[in-house]
Amino acid sequence: MSLRNPLSKAKGLGSAKDGTGHWWNQRLTAIALALLTPWFVVFAVGLLGAGQDAVRSAIAQPLPATLLSAFVLSLFWHARLGLQVVVEDYIHGAAEIALQVIIKFVFALAAIAALLAIGRIVFTA
Amino acid sequence: MATPKRPLSPFMIGPYYRPQLTSMMSILHRATGVALAVGSLVLAAWLVAAAGSALAYESFAACLGSLPGRIALFGFSACLVYHFLNGIRHLFWDAGRGFDIPSAYASGYAVLALSVLLTAVLWWFGMGGVA
Repeated sequence: MSLRNPLSKAKGLGSAKDGTGHWWNQRLTAIALALLTPWFVVFAVGLLGAGQDAVRSAIAQPLPATLLSAFVLSLFWHARLGLQVVVEDYIHGAAEIALQVIIKFVFALAAIAALLAIGRIVFTA
Repeated sequence: MATPKRPLSPFMIGPYYRPQLTSMMSILHRATGVALAVGSLVLAAWLVAAAGSALAYESFAACLGSLPGRIALFGFSACLVYHFLNGIRHLFWDAGRGFDIPSAYASGYAVLALSVLLTAVLWWFGMGGVA
């Protein structure tokens, strides 16, 4: 006999209320990064040794700005999810909770900072 | 709340398992992932510096152009190439393909060889851009 409510069984989200969400989001961002990383590498290698003005005008173009925004969002999300699992596996106790909170804050900040920076470059071009 | 000392499952590789290509590449996938996560913050710093003052960008470019900066950049690119290729291997496994042992070994050697090759190609182009 299962004590689980039939609705909760149908939703399939389990006791953590997340179901396969973490796993699936890590795969989705992995697919996004598998597509975006080759573009980013070509873009970044092309900018090696370039000055600030050249970097800004390259980022300010509509397509690079779009792809770069998608890349940093997927990257920070994927990194956050991955680090969460590594910390879950190897670090325990109070340090684990502190690290999990720090990781979430740092990568949220990095995503906001990167998007604002791209936005500033695009809108002041 | 007192937490009693409970036995933990041992770390298997070393005392119980001989290192295998598959398990070593799995741990390397994690290690490169952690390194890339840290490196991704440098990418955010690069964008913030580019959006900021000329002085901010100059200082950032000087850091990255220094010898330690270039070594870190080389490490980041090697990690990125490996994690990218091995990540695709993982996605095929997630789709239920290539998970038998001969295929896992074949794709493992392919990922290692391609990682070295692609990193070398990347830096061959990169050095041409710097020089």
